[in-house]
Amino acid sequence: MAGELALIAVSAMLVNNFVLARFLGICPFLGVSRRMESAVGMSMAVLFVMTVASLVSWLVQRLILAPFGLEYLRTITFILVIASLVQLVEMVVQKTSPVLYQALGIFLPLITTNCAILGVALLVQQKDYGFLQTLTFAVAASLGFGLALVLLAGLRTSLALAALPRAFQGNAIVLITAGILSLAFMGFSGLVRG
Amino acid sequence: MLAAILALGGMGAVAGLGLGLAAKRFAVEVDARLEEILEALPGINCGACGYAGCRPCGEAIHTGAAKVNACPVGGEGTVQTLARIMGVEPEAAIAQVARIFCTGGVEEARRSFAYQGMGDCNAAVLVSGGGKACVFGCLGLGSCVEACPYDAMYMNANAIPVVIDDKCTGCTLCAPACPKDLIEMVPTGSDVQVLCHSTHKGSEVKKVCTVGCIACDICVKICPYEAITVTAHLAEIDYGKCTNCGLCVAKCPDDTILDFSGVRPKSFILEASCTGCTWCRDVCPTNAITGEQDLLHVVAPERCIGCYMCKDICPEDAVEMRGPNAYGVPGVQVVGEATPNRLTLVQIR
Repeated sequence: MAGELALIAVSAMLVNNFVLARFLGICPFLGVSRRMESAVGMSMAVLFVMTVASLVSWLVQRLILAPFGLEYLRTITFILVIASLVQLVEMVVQKTSPVLYQALGIFLPLITTNCAILGVALLVQQKDYGFLQTLTFAVAASLGFGLALVLLAGLRTSLALAALPRAFQGNAIVLITAGILSLAFMGFSGLVRG
Repeated sequence: MLAAILALGGMGAVAGLGLGLAAKRFAVEVDARLEEILEALPGINCGACGYAGCRPCGEAIHTGAAKVNACPVGGEGTVQTLARIMGVEPEAAIAQVARIFCTGGVEEARRSFAYQGMGDCNAAVLVSGGGKACVFGCLGLGSCVEACPYDAMYMNANAIPVVIDDKCTGCTLCAPACPKDLIEMVPTGSDVQVLCHSTHKGSEVKKVCTVGCIACDICVKICPYEAITVTAHLAEIDYGKCTNCGLCVAKCPDDTILDFSGVRPKSFILEASCTGCTWCRDVCPTNAITGEQDLLHVVAPERCIGCYMCKDICPEDAVEMRGPNAYGVPGVQVVGEATPNRLTLVQIR
């Protein structure tokens, strides 16, 4: 069991990294990677939302959709559930912990139904994971997302000081960097099957 | 079908109800003042304050991180309102107005070639600098006018942008639109400007433009307040020292220095108070005041340029500045827009 969980974790974090191998969640990856601070903030928000969202959607699948044979409503139901969940979480956090709200606040609505979040919820059902496996998968996937985001943010802060040819300035070099980063992550493929 | 509608509708209803209850349960009290502040700000999100938009600026004012005069666009009224909301003393609004530091239009500036392309200064400048023989000159295609969100600029017939002072909020958005960096923000009340950016030698400037600064130093010499310096073949006015007296405007041989104060008043000596001390007569740079010791002094209105020097020096407060029609000079109309004034004076000492 522990071995299987470790395998799931390595697979979700590195081999099938959500951003660099599955190409999910590209918008925050490119949008919030300009500064290291915001990249870390975004990663934390994703970790939080992804874990909660996948667990709740797992429960919805098991308790509502599967017993009534409504699996075909999965995608739209998950969007509904995750969106309201994030709203609720935002309200609770704002009330209970202003400090945490300051840190995560602006990022929470941004990732409400981010494709990476929805992707985790759907992939969990595809792979027919149990509760513990789902938890591991979600945490590892969000850590992988955070890793990619922090890596790119680090590269971008260094690149900001580099003398670039005009054609490469701005978004061009960011896309090129992201592509090379993705190529590097391809090196992990074959480590774990699936 | 029915099951799907019921399930999805049910879940939506539950989620909506839950969120509605949660919004009540976890409602965070927002200071009513913040709402009022946001209401008072212009809401155009121009970014002139240095914040990302009106909301961040309002939040900064609310927390005290920014002063009530943080918004340079809103003007005095906004500052007053914000000061009332925040319960502090209103500070002076930072008022500034845009000025285009080139007056070399079609008539004055020579063209090296006729640019025929996109009607945009930033496109034109890519084609060998845009066609003006003077590399510092205004291209006259109105990119700054396009950038102005307040309709405070227009292109005049001479293909030079004109700022309508009453509408200009000093938001600075026009400045980056100019590929020649000709737009500067000047404090309102500083009405005299050297409208040229050319750092070329006088002889070079003469070849390409009739209104460019040729660094002749006349303004430097005539300025009674030492407010003008010439560096890199270009005269520059220190707004801190300048009193808008207008002497340099009248004396500038190329009409490079312009006066934006509109119609200037004329000095008027009050018979009852004048003791005939001759101070004003001696200080007048245009010899507009005549009079003997201990006798009433008289102003020749056609010579007075409204520099205020006599008013400032009079020990008896016997000098008043009156409207241009104080002496019944006919035909003077006050123009509402920022038409720069070229003070015409024939005789200056």
